[in-house]
Amino acid sequence: MPASSLANGPSAPARDGRGPILAFRRVSKFFGEIGAARDISLEVRPGEFLSFLGPSGCGKTTALRMIAGFEQPTGGDVFLDGERVNDIPAHRRPVNMVFQSYALFPHLNVARNVAYGLLQRSPRPSRVEIDRRVGAVLDLVRLGGFGHRRIWEMSGGQQQRVALARALVNEPKVLLLDEPLAALDRKLRRDMQVELQNLQRRIGITFILVTHDQEEALSMSDRVCIMREGRIVQIGSPTDLYDRPASRYVAGFVGKSNFLEGTIVTASPECAEVKLASGVRIAAARFGEAMRLAPGDRVTVAVRPEQVLLMRQRDALPADIAVGCESHVLNRIFLGEHTEYVLRSDALGEFAALAPRQSERAEKPFQPGEIVTAGFRAEAALVLGSD
Amino acid sequence: MRQGRRTGTTALLVGPAAAFFLLLLVLPLAVVVIYSFGERGAAGGYSPAFTFDNYLSLATRGQAFLNTLLLAPLGTLLCALVAFPLAYFLAVKTSPRWRTMLLVLIIVPFWASQLLRIYAWLLILGNRGIPSLLDLLGMDGVRLINTRFAVLLGMVYGYLPLMVFPIYVSLEKLDKRLLEASADLGAGAWGTFRQVTLPMSIAGVATGSLLVFILLMGEFIIPALLGGGKVFFIGNALVDLFLQSRNWPFGAAIAVSMVAIMLATIALYMRFMLGRSGLRQQALV
Repeated sequence: MPASSLANGPSAPARDGRGPILAFRRVSKFFGEIGAARDISLEVRPGEFLSFLGPSGCGKTTALRMIAGFEQPTGGDVFLDGERVNDIPAHRRPVNMVFQSYALFPHLNVARNVAYGLLQRSPRPSRVEIDRRVGAVLDLVRLGGFGHRRIWEMSGGQQQRVALARALVNEPKVLLLDEPLAALDRKLRRDMQVELQNLQRRIGITFILVTHDQEEALSMSDRVCIMREGRIVQIGSPTDLYDRPASRYVAGFVGKSNFLEGTIVTASPECAEVKLASGVRIAAARFGEAMRLAPGDRVTVAVRPEQVLLMRQRDALPADIAVGCESHVLNRIFLGEHTEYVLRSDALGEFAALAPRQSERAEKPFQPGEIVTAGFRAEAALVLGSD
Repeated sequence: MRQGRRTGTTALLVGPAAAFFLLLLVLPLAVVVIYSFGERGAAGGYSPAFTFDNYLSLATRGQAFLNTLLLAPLGTLLCALVAFPLAYFLAVKTSPRWRTMLLVLIIVPFWASQLLRIYAWLLILGNRGIPSLLDLLGMDGVRLINTRFAVLLGMVYGYLPLMVFPIYVSLEKLDKRLLEASADLGAGAWGTFRQVTLPMSIAGVATGSLLVFILLMGEFIIPALLGGGKVFFIGNALVDLFLQSRNWPFGAAIAVSMVAIMLATIALYMRFMLGRSGLRQQALV
């Protein structure tokens, strides 16, 4: 879905509880001349898990900080549960944040860190009530009994969970997570991804995650919002983004792609014939009526490496293959469940192919120097505008 | 062999400092302790004896102890009260470009000798200084010089930078994201200051206070010049006993008492810092 279709005009969203829990209406943020957010419009459903994904400097953290109230938009409005919050300071907003480096209070123990938000309320809840809620949320993040520990006695993963508990105990309408797993090692990060997702499903609080790690965004989110230079480039479910990237930028950022440059020969709404730089013509699929294509237009064709089939005998390739060409195997990279091949052919130039371990077992692995036939189906080749 | 070389390195690294402290601190201190149990010689100085008389007559110098034990803590407290807002301003509210210059400006007066700077205050507070101006405004008979107020003023002026810097460092190190986290959790500006900024910088306040307090305990120039003969400190009593009346054993007893008070203060400081193990990394000792 292109970002432009999300802006439903400047009217405030309904406040009946079924409307979006969070909405951006044409929000911009400029630091001097630098636009960290440009005309962002977005709606988030209650209970949704949404990620902002993009490289550093793309504006994703600024977007998050505008929700928290640490930055004020220079233009446009931010709505929380139907209420315009532009002028509401951070400490009065019903959202909580898990900071990138956790920002836990080193002078307070774990329980006091978690209780901090409850202690700021007026009227202040009773001691018994605070103890009960702190205990419950520590159990929720599997830190029951750790309340008396000092912060520096906790491991990185444990500190991460304390930060999570400190935010969740306030039962925020929206939980903001700023690269929460960046400081953890790979194995722990995978575990925490699963844990975070399970937790979110269980408690039903809206999560908004900021990350530069595409795997993290794809594996946890209901929807991913891909950003570039302060703008939303594409927003959609992880499978949408992977299978139907709107641009070369998205195709390159979400997963890996082989990019082939060419010009349109013929185009229909569903498919196109593209003449590659090498002169070879291939059939390719296309999505999105917004992109008008005429013969002669320069386009990029993206092919996922796992969609490239490699065979020793040319006639072993399926009959409906769009392209089949002789290719030299340049390199073989063993990745465990997959093996990546780097190949070169006259028709496609240098490209990558990903073969699952299973097919590797059935057939002998290809060796560098070998000549194989590489091909892909027409629907695996996506025509993208050159951004 | 390897062990021997390591011992050699240790001796080389620690040796000079150890010799320095042994010769110039431990040894003289031992002499002072021994003297404090002796008697005054006939022509002054020291004559060997073993008596507690010197300690028993400490009360005769009670006023000096009283002044010191009253004004040194009070001066420390005032220093902290003046230094904290200044350090906070420098660490939080100033742009880095100005900050360095302002920090240098705080040290600049220290390039002149302390004696000169206190003399300047003597003139400012003296009868031809501020009181004569007040006289013109119709407030006559205001006495500033030779009062406890003058001594306190001089002490705060003289030792302010020693308090500002430790507090500045602790505030400067304070992770600004902690302040954001506090706001995010619902604390307003005052709540964040009280619950995060102040506890996180208390180590700097304690360190600065220890430095200033110990130096104020030994102070004698400021009370001598700005307190006249009226506000006497332990330091002035020592100068008097060692240089004027040459009663070395009594002077030694007073010196030993003063060192004991300082050690007790340091012990309190260490308990305070170690009790807050969160501040352990920031502790001075």
